[in-house]
Amino acid sequence: MLDSLSLFLQRTTPELIQGTRITLQLTMIALGLGVLFGLPAALVRVYGGKYARRLVIGYIELFRGTPLLVQLFLIYYGLPDLGLTLSRLFAASITLGLNSGAYQAEYFRGAIQAVGSGQMLAARAVGMSRLQAIRYIILPQALLLALPAWSNEAVSMIKYTAVVFLIAVPDLMGQAKILAGRYFNPIEVYLTVALIYILLVFVATQILGAIERKMRTPGLVLEIERH
Amino acid sequence: MEFLKDLIFLINYLLQGTGVTLGVTLIALSMGFLFGTLLAVMRVYGSKPVARFAAVYSTLIRAVPVVVLIFILFFVIAKIVDLSPFLSGALALGFASAAYQSEVFRGAILSIPAGQMLAARAIGMSRLKAIRYIILPQAIRLAIPPWSNEAAIVLKDSSLVFVIGVPEILRRAQYVSARTLEPFIAFGAAAAIYFALTFLANRSLDFFERRYRILM
Amino acid sequence: MMVRAIIRVEDLRKSYQELEIIKGISLTVREQEVVVIIGPSGTGKSTLLRCINLLTRPDSGRIWLKEQEITAPYTDEDKVRQRIGMVFQDFNLFNHLTALQNVTIGLNKVLRMDIREARQKGLWELERVDLADKAASYPAQLSGGQKQRVAIARALALNPDVMLFDEPTSALDPELIGEVLGVMQKLAREGMTMLVVTHEMGFAREVSDRIVFMENGVILEEGPSRQMFYAPKFPRTREFLGKISELYGENRPGEI
Repeated sequence: MLDSLSLFLQRTTPELIQGTRITLQLTMIALGLGVLFGLPAALVRVYGGKYARRLVIGYIELFRGTPLLVQLFLIYYGLPDLGLTLSRLFAASITLGLNSGAYQAEYFRGAIQAVGSGQMLAARAVGMSRLQAIRYIILPQALLLALPAWSNEAVSMIKYTAVVFLIAVPDLMGQAKILAGRYFNPIEVYLTVALIYILLVFVATQILGAIERKMRTPGLVLEIERH
Repeated sequence: MEFLKDLIFLINYLLQGTGVTLGVTLIALSMGFLFGTLLAVMRVYGSKPVARFAAVYSTLIRAVPVVVLIFILFFVIAKIVDLSPFLSGALALGFASAAYQSEVFRGAILSIPAGQMLAARAIGMSRLKAIRYIILPQAIRLAIPPWSNEAAIVLKDSSLVFVIGVPEILRRAQYVSARTLEPFIAFGAAAAIYFALTFLANRSLDFFERRYRILM
Repeated sequence: MMVRAIIRVEDLRKSYQELEIIKGISLTVREQEVVVIIGPSGTGKSTLLRCINLLTRPDSGRIWLKEQEITAPYTDEDKVRQRIGMVFQDFNLFNHLTALQNVTIGLNKVLRMDIREARQKGLWELERVDLADKAASYPAQLSGGQKQRVAIARALALNPDVMLFDEPTSALDPELIGEVLGVMQKLAREGMTMLVVTHEMGFAREVSDRIVFMENGVILEEGPSRQMFYAPKFPRTREFLGKISELYGENRPGEI
């Protein structure tokens, strides 16, 4: 069994590497989009007007209250109905981005609110406008407070991308499905792929952990509420 | 008129999938609960090898995408015993959820003051009795908020058993979409149902949390 | 007439990592005796109590509970702890249970008493500490003094041979200390054997039979309370007693 496994690995290495590359690319794009959608959403949620907030809450509730897979199908298969046809990769990226954005919005919101109203008061008191206060005082602290939750999301994103194989994106899982079909050894294939994911998650955890440690500022810790 | 008939048929067909979805979710959550609390107790109170095993299980399982776990367990289970995709999917989801739930319960157990175990032993309780009557009842109540989070996730992840052919909401939506060529409505309806389910689940869990809250 | 020893400690030693906390302590507590241990913080007094009921395993030395050597190998520690009652500084009441349930859980789950019997006994013990009306209250709804009295009832419920008190009033607001000391004095009058670690000098002087002064993990001096207070042998004892009496005052309202 072990021989066939190593032989199998040798033959399929290029596909697996290709798949891994797409997975990682997708992960980073999704995370980036997540910040792009999530951070402004959080800011609107905390500082915005009544209607803007309602809109944002709607977005967040929608994307957090439905499965990622359903969102993916809705966007890739459903949008063409309304006249908007997207490529596989684009649909996958935008879905993951919107989904992550909703979750990230909540992490950022928690962090912004944890910064404490005293900071805003002090900033206004030295003459800053609301916008300046947010940009120079609130956000820097909030981003630091949100780092642990964000790192968590970042590492988890590697796993979330796996579902895109269902719209035929050739990520790691997509390659796995192809290989399983070709060599008729699903268990070995998926176990191998599982190991690769474990490796990726492990490396990502180490990297982000190191970044977290470097950025840690004494006194800036988010107290997690335990009821 | 034709459209309305189609719509009603579609909604009805999808709603039948709700039963399957809920079935998968409940089985997975229960399995995850039982196995998860066991793992958490093993991790906090077990001997070194036992605690090690629980830690490794939790870390490894949580590092793999749920879809992959579903596939692996489905094929592995299929070799050993002849189970329906529904059960295999629910079991796979259960194994996965156990790992996440063990983290929730582990956190809850660790946040219980050390004095509780001390006082329990001081009145002559064995470690096992203390865990069963003093630690776990409190830990479970403390764990309700993060557990509710996990429960909502399992509900959404139940859509993943779609890949092994379980006729839950998403697979039905796909079927409907293929038949009626109205993918947006089909998947939109599916999304709406999931949304309603998640909303209801969150509300009921909020109720539980408020009712059983322990003031420390 | 030989009064028998309830607790006998012989040459007890305990270290944590490199630090030796208890450096060879020998102590006897006789039946119906009230022994008070005093001394500066961090000198191993709490550790000593926890060794006696085996919550902490001593490194060396022997301990007897009546005729049984509880430090012998293969001792059923849980059974030993059923015979020793302990009251903690932080109360440690079970937060998810009512006052009555706190008292009955030991009876029901440890002594396997029938739940109705247990409830009767539980109410009786709560009555003993003057808290029968709070039977259905949860710890979060009780004051510090009430919590500690429930803790005492919980320990008493198992009919222990001896009661250990680890600074029972140190975590209480001043007004609430009296009610707890009152209960403890009542217990002493009823003939309970008690070993108490405390700073409450009034209690020590009025209620205890013997005082033990511990410092740096050893017993510096011990003797009958009268003698210790009015004619201590060591200057260090006199110094400590003097400071403590100053700090904790004499005859506070509510005190015996």
